[in-house]
Amino acid sequence: MPDVQPILQVKDLYKRFGGLIAVDHVSLDIYPGEVIGILGDNGAGKSTLIKMISGAYKPDGGQILLNGEVVSFSTPLEARRRGIETIYQDLALCENLDASANIFLGRERMRHQLGIFRVLDRPYMLRESRQVLDQLDIRIPELRNPIRQLSGGQRQAVSIARAVYWNAYLMIMDEPTAALGVPEQLKVLELIRTLRNQGVPVILISHNMQDVFAVADRVIVMRRGSKAGERNISETSENEVVGLMVGAEYTRVIKKIHDASEEVRFTTHDESE
Amino acid sequence: MKVSDAATPSANQSQPGKTALRPLDIVSRGWSWLFLLLLIIFFSITGQGFLNIFNFQTIGADMSLVLIMALGQTFVILSGGIDLSVGFVMGMASVASALVMSRIGGGAPLFVVVLAGLAVGLGVGLIPGLVNGLVIARLRVPPFIVTLGMYGIARGAGFILSGGQPVSVQTNGIGQIGNGYLLYLLPDGRLSFFHLPSNLQGVRPSQIVQLLPFPLILLVIVVLICAWLLSQTRFGRHTYAVGGSEEASRRAGIPVARHTILIYMLSALLASLASLFGGEGTILGTVIGALIIAIIQNGLIFLGINPFWQFIAVGAVIILAVLVDQAKKQLVERS
Repeated sequence: MPDVQPILQVKDLYKRFGGLIAVDHVSLDIYPGEVIGILGDNGAGKSTLIKMISGAYKPDGGQILLNGEVVSFSTPLEARRRGIETIYQDLALCENLDASANIFLGRERMRHQLGIFRVLDRPYMLRESRQVLDQLDIRIPELRNPIRQLSGGQRQAVSIARAVYWNAYLMIMDEPTAALGVPEQLKVLELIRTLRNQGVPVILISHNMQDVFAVADRVIVMRRGSKAGERNISETSENEVVGLMVGAEYTRVIKKIHDASEEVRFTTHDESE
Repeated sequence: MKVSDAATPSANQSQPGKTALRPLDIVSRGWSWLFLLLLIIFFSITGQGFLNIFNFQTIGADMSLVLIMALGQTFVILSGGIDLSVGFVMGMASVASALVMSRIGGGAPLFVVVLAGLAVGLGVGLIPGLVNGLVIARLRVPPFIVTLGMYGIARGAGFILSGGQPVSVQTNGIGQIGNGYLLYLLPDGRLSFFHLPSNLQGVRPSQIVQLLPFPLILLVIVVLICAWLLSQTRFGRHTYAVGGSEEASRRAGIPVARHTILIYMLSALLASLASLFGGEGTILGTVIGALIIAIIQNGLIFLGINPFWQFIAVGAVIILAVLVDQAKKQLVERS
């Protein structure tokens, strides 16, 4: 896609905590309608990288460009105002409120009552919520129930619908399936495909390689703060990606152990720490 | 794709009845009403003259003080906090407003005296609310500790203001406000608003029909305003949101700290408003301290918490309060 302008460009992003270099000059580009998987072991720097893009951390060096324009966020709220929405595995919704209240949380639509009072415009918010949920093919039986009564996957879907409704340019999902059961995980992956088909690029951070291979177009592998590699999903294999994650010196070992044991990933994880 | 229960029945079956209203839900939501109904039935059978419109309006006037404070507490508890200080904030505000009214004295017109008392009472009452809110929201001290501290501070401040003596207000007609009725109906068909007609010859007091006590009218107005605030406004929505998840609210751009401060100010404001019907604030404050427990129970119901937890919550609150009190005494003895 070289003739299309990337939605997000990250150039030489750098972050250190004291003596530890958490993210070491990482660059990446994301194009419209692309799903990028970011894989890496614990402590590989993927969370730090994402937190700089979503405004939670301030980079110590490098640039973030949104639609070609250099941006700098000091809070996640600023990033969100520019269309970068982050979906967290938890803590993002008020479970005592209904889906519509959550979609409009902090951005409630008001109407005038008796000319002077400003009150919540519930019918409008309910209508709009229904529309965006339909657009994403999300079915929630009773929109007026508190979302605590919904399943984990439905709640995650409400978060995503909220981001879509507020015109997310770019969706960052940090372990969106980690807290979910298997059928629910599949639904969230389906939703990511729906987003891609509607042109919203997604950055998917996951521990789960199957998830990334199921929905991503491209995968970026992080290792010890640096970008260990970048591959198109159609041109790589899980073995190659594991090799990038743990480093070349282990690749031979992995292959050996892989033949011997199914617990290959856990074993090599421990060795690489 | 379908993110719905219908699409994957297996996911639904693993959590049966998740969306249906369980019998326990109905019991936990309705048990206070049931209890109230049983009480009314019990008293109607056992007590002569209980089941009577005039008695009910008396009950309404009697409970106005506690209920107005409980309304403020409802906002606090819905937002995930607690305000133990309201009883003595009310006492302090009532002492302050009584002092101002007695200083202005008998010469000034009634409405000037009342307005001055009201303004000072509400203004003084807002201070502990603001301090509670600031310490809780900005310094991140748990509400239980902060408001327990404010409970003592407001109590002491009330005593210092009054010098430990009851403050009496001499202005004529001031008692009317707390004890008056909107309508008086005399046996000969005469109707009088706000106060008794001057010419009462041949009328026995028991023949006068008194309708709509002032505290009940104020109570209804305040209840309606609070209900509107909670269900219709952004303020109410954000109160639920902060109580649901502070983190999610913050991420959604709700000014959580500012909102928390406003809620504690509202709680203190309503406590001060209740002081209008207090009279002897310091004594009532003590009584209210005990009533707080009842308010906590009520608030937990609003939160939809299993009623069995309320026994544990109330018990824990009492033990904690005693522990704090003992620790305080030991500190005093040592020094």
